[in-house]
Amino acid sequence: MRKTCLDMVYNLAKTDERIFFIGSDLGFETLKVFRQEIPNRFFMEGVSEANIIGMAAGLALEGKIPYVNTIATFITRRCFEQIVLDLCLHNVKVRLIGNGGGLVYAPLGPTHLAIEDIAIMRACPHMTILAPADADEMRRLMPKTVEHDGPIYIRLGKGFDPIVTTDDIPFEIGKAIPMRFGDDALIVSTGICLRVALSAAEQLATNGVGTAVLHVPTIKPLDTEALMESITSVRAVVTIEEHSTIGGLGSAVAELIAEAGYDPAKRFRRIGLPDVFPDQYGSQDSLMRRYDIYPEALVSTVLQLLDSPNQNRR
Amino acid sequence: MNMKTLSITTAEHTPTCAQLDSRSKELRRTIIRMFEASRRGHIGSAFSVMEILRVLYDDIMQYNPHNPRQINRDRCILSKGHGCLALYTILADKGFFPESELWKFCQAEGILGGHPEYGKTPGVEASTGSLGHGLPIGIGFALNGKYERLNYRTFVIIGDGESDEGSNWEAAMCAAKHKLSSLTVLVDYNKYQSYDSTYAVMDLEPFVDKWRAFGFSVAEVNGHDVTALRESLGRVPFHNEKPNAIICHTIKGKGVECIENDLSWHHKSKVSDEEIAALLNGLEAC
Repeated sequence: MRKTCLDMVYNLAKTDERIFFIGSDLGFETLKVFRQEIPNRFFMEGVSEANIIGMAAGLALEGKIPYVNTIATFITRRCFEQIVLDLCLHNVKVRLIGNGGGLVYAPLGPTHLAIEDIAIMRACPHMTILAPADADEMRRLMPKTVEHDGPIYIRLGKGFDPIVTTDDIPFEIGKAIPMRFGDDALIVSTGICLRVALSAAEQLATNGVGTAVLHVPTIKPLDTEALMESITSVRAVVTIEEHSTIGGLGSAVAELIAEAGYDPAKRFRRIGLPDVFPDQYGSQDSLMRRYDIYPEALVSTVLQLLDSPNQNRR
Repeated sequence: MNMKTLSITTAEHTPTCAQLDSRSKELRRTIIRMFEASRRGHIGSAFSVMEILRVLYDDIMQYNPHNPRQINRDRCILSKGHGCLALYTILADKGFFPESELWKFCQAEGILGGHPEYGKTPGVEASTGSLGHGLPIGIGFALNGKYERLNYRTFVIIGDGESDEGSNWEAAMCAAKHKLSSLTVLVDYNKYQSYDSTYAVMDLEPFVDKWRAFGFSVAEVNGHDVTALRESLGRVPFHNEKPNAIICHTIKGKGVECIENDLSWHHKSKVSDEEIAALLNGLEAC
């Protein structure tokens, strides 16, 4: 997904002279071809996130479209005020590409885990948040980022994530994508958790529980219309994300459900990281399992919410 | 000890009261009237930076107040946004917006906030107020000019207290790396920040040497001496491949003796009629 994203920046830059790339001391030879072919729009700056965000804002105020890339934690937390003021207050077309959203950097420890990036980006006026599920979706998404107004945060997965999306529905920023239909429960996912959601829905189907899956690659602005449409017809809703349960997709959906005032009330759960710093290293997968972000745990949560499949049928 | 590396303020650059001419006094009178209308603001900081802004807009910068976004205009960012009373005064003086807006400073229906806001106030190039943001944005402006082969210049005014912010020094390295000779940093070095003197809170010395070490070509000037400011700014770029820094030695509250270097005047609210009268009288006495 990361390679696809950066390759797309290069491809887009070849035909659009407004596109610049700014990296913060990235890995050796990252986007080497961009640097060689378009050197005057390629900046590899130092480990200086505050400066590069302001610099990108300055370029964007002049009509350029800078794509800025570094590790997700550093591009969100370290320069948060620059994001709020330089990007969001000025409402400029800067694109932040965050490597390793969620638990990707599990072996590197909590300093590198982006578990609240969605929450803090959600709180910023004008910010758009994108979390695609796989490289194919990234390929459809990136061209849409060029003309979209205002700043965008693009949350990247690990790379080589299984392809679970299709091009049946054209990608539109701000649009959720129904991946599967069902009458009993709804799983709402974002990013690479789509594959967990689809797997769980398949297992639930074999248990006789019709489970819809709504993929939300744009967390902000939230596609409230698609969500309401999907939520209305089911009794139970579960959100799943590789993120803290505070402030992310689950919170956004909870706010929507609470304010909609459903009667009878919807049964609702958020799956994600509890309010902790992960206490183990290991791998992305092992940490996801530790915090119940895997298909069997999701199945169990849905069944608990519905009480039981049999009861559900009554 | 080598006195050169100490880079202390020399007598040559030390501001004195006698140097304010009638235009500088008139601009300050306007600031006091804005202050009277709003009863709040950072008046000491505005008086400190007034001549820097005056010389930039009177003598140095190319711009069109009727077309503030003209592509090849020189750009000025007041990164120490709390000095905006001075910026608004000069922008109104030049015709960027009607003078009547000045009397609505900080008011709900006005376009002039307690810190400059891009998109709201014509002539304001970037929203500032939180410190340490202007120089990185100015680098973006300067890089764009270089890429587009436009010959506009970018001036960023930062405060001495603001110089504590690490983002300035990230930006300084970046500006030097990109050889941004079209970029000029003007430091309003009045030696006082909010709590106490810069020497007590966070000593910046050797300040000139710091900028030089970060790759800038540096000059020092009395920041209230318009002739010296004109001369110094008229010489930029000092070097074809280096960004410029001009350390402007100033006095906080310059022009009204009773508030000069008085930290209780850093930010004032609920200003009384008596205090307004004292400011006007003090200015006339200067």
